[in-house]
Amino acid sequence: MTTLIKSPAGRASARPGGRRPLTHLQRDALAGYLFVAPQVLGIAAFVLVPLALVIYFSFHEWNVLANTFTFVGVANFERFLGDPQVAPVMRTTGIFSVALVFFNISLALLLAVMLNRSLAGITFFRTLFFSPVVVSLVAWTIVWGFLFQDNGGVNGALELVGVDGPNWLREGPTAMAAVVIVQVFKNVGLNMVLFLAALQGVPQELQEAARMDGAGPRTIFTRIVIPLISPTILLTFIITIVGSLQVFAQIAVLTQGGPGISTTVLVYYLFQQAFLFGEFGYGSVLSLVLFLIVLVLTVVQWQLRKKWVFYEN
Amino acid sequence: MTVWTANQDQLALFDDIADQYITEHPEVKSITFEPLPFEDYTTTLTTQVAGGKAPDLAWILENAALDFVDSGALAPIQDALEKTDGYEFDDLSESATALWQKDGELIAYPFSTSPFVMFANDDLLRAAGQPTAAELQAAGKWNWEGISEVGAAVNAATGKAGFVVRDFDYTSWDNLASVWMGWGAEPWGDDGASCEFDSPEMVDAFTFLHEAAFDKKSMPGPGTTADFFAGESAFTVTQISRASVLPDSGFAWDLLPLPEGPEGEYSMVGQAGIGVMASGKNAPVAADFLAFFSSPENSKKLAQWFPPARTSQLSTETLAAANPVLSAGQIENVVIPGIETGVVRPGHTDSAKVGQTVRAALDAIWTPEADIEESLIGVCDAVEPLLGK
Repeated sequence: MTTLIKSPAGRASARPGGRRPLTHLQRDALAGYLFVAPQVLGIAAFVLVPLALVIYFSFHEWNVLANTFTFVGVANFERFLGDPQVAPVMRTTGIFSVALVFFNISLALLLAVMLNRSLAGITFFRTLFFSPVVVSLVAWTIVWGFLFQDNGGVNGALELVGVDGPNWLREGPTAMAAVVIVQVFKNVGLNMVLFLAALQGVPQELQEAARMDGAGPRTIFTRIVIPLISPTILLTFIITIVGSLQVFAQIAVLTQGGPGISTTVLVYYLFQQAFLFGEFGYGSVLSLVLFLIVLVLTVVQWQLRKKWVFYEN
Repeated sequence: MTVWTANQDQLALFDDIADQYITEHPEVKSITFEPLPFEDYTTTLTTQVAGGKAPDLAWILENAALDFVDSGALAPIQDALEKTDGYEFDDLSESATALWQKDGELIAYPFSTSPFVMFANDDLLRAAGQPTAAELQAAGKWNWEGISEVGAAVNAATGKAGFVVRDFDYTSWDNLASVWMGWGAEPWGDDGASCEFDSPEMVDAFTFLHEAAFDKKSMPGPGTTADFFAGESAFTVTQISRASVLPDSGFAWDLLPLPEGPEGEYSMVGQAGIGVMASGKNAPVAADFLAFFSSPENSKKLAQWFPPARTSQLSTETLAAANPVLSAGQIENVVIPGIETGVVRPGHTDSAKVGQTVRAALDAIWTPEADIEESLIGVCDAVEPLLGK
């Protein structure tokens, strides 16, 4: 229960020639505003202002070299609707996101379950799988780029077992597979750690009780463990989907969107239009589309959580 | 000034020249050279301009020359150069300045005119039981078919690559101009509006390249890398400026002109220009510094890396003094003729979009079973709408 104590200073006590002292409530409010100010200013400077500028730019054609900035109404939006590249780019983006989310979360959960036990040296394996998360993304991708060369390490390993590997980065389907593999191994450790923490929070007595009632390992996992870690599953879904829609460095380093446009995802297409081609107005429209996709997907997942996420309270 | 080089020796010389200028012009407090990565050079420069942080001077790559010259992004410099005492403006060669003019006025200074040449690893050729480059030339086999034949033999005998078109890497397709010019092919017509990728000459040139990559194995295929300067290939086509890394390569090498194609001898040059950014904050001073930077004296100093645009300095004596790595014979027989007769690598307005569109369409060729003619028709279908703009 909260009790409000009226301060003597809260009474009207105008002092001639002096400033009226703050009340407790006002001081509390001021402290609150000061605490949230850095975050509010940060969001305003780095989220809201850029967002407003992107909306503003999307109604203009900006030729950087000629230094012209012309209002073009909704022309950039009309161009988006008629752009023949948009459909394949969206399809590629969808394929990449679905593949990444499926493999990343499945593998992370599998690793977390395997590493959620007290064995000698288990910390080493946890560190091993987590270590790519802290490696520089570009360095990681460049190394994988060498491994996926036609005469690189991956095909060398396949040759040892009698398999003639594909030219990974030069054929559409395998180029996409390569990008997904690079990204899955880069970030699977993060989701694994989140799952590991969630698994360690599942009460042992619940699993013990289920076992005594005759439940097998699969039933315990699907009926007890999964519901109890479902909030973490939701979290990993959201951050992995958002991350998958923002993949850029891997595409830029490994494939530059090729072969053809087979690995050109929306962010890379946006980069091409805005920064390579100097089409900042159209690039802004693509940014808005990406923002809306992320927003809608996040809101949908947040709403769907009521149907499948288990909250103990 | 933004530059693409990060070579410490080159930057040190730039700084020396800048220090001399500051000594003579105390009102100028500092001149800095900002290296930008070559791969993203034009993108980074454009982004700086968009962000209101345009440099005063910028190195412009030739594939973006038309975009920068035509757009008005660069301030005219001809007046400033002509008015500078002792500049000898008329000494600048017409062929070197052609790309950098608008309405008859010089918009950027042709800083480096570097011919494409063929380097050969004679040690690797001998190890594969093949004739050296000079022997090939003496036998009248210094042509693309001969290079491919020898390259295939080197690959079969040593596992190393035959010939490499440096920096092509199955993405930067404009480097292939150093090959297809031998077939008399051009990517687009003189007016820039019609696509010529599907011409018979271009089909023949790409057929040669496809066979070299997939059948004869004389050229590394897609997804395979080989660095000539690390001793991994017998031949490489690249610009003369790369010669500076050869002393460290540890093998016997030779330098020859580009091999003949079916259409005979030809040569190609790559160019870089330096321009004064119109949106820079110190345009008049920047133009004055550019006049100092490219004066006859400084041009001679810079010639050790950047072949000059000054006719008077295109001599064996000047270039030999600046390039201790090259012999007088190589300069006389390869470098000077290459500069004098070289055609500039193809460029087009809207270069990034045209380049990306062609790159994406050309990918269809780089598979073993590709239909070359159909693929090149596909390139024209994709790029023609952009050429006409």
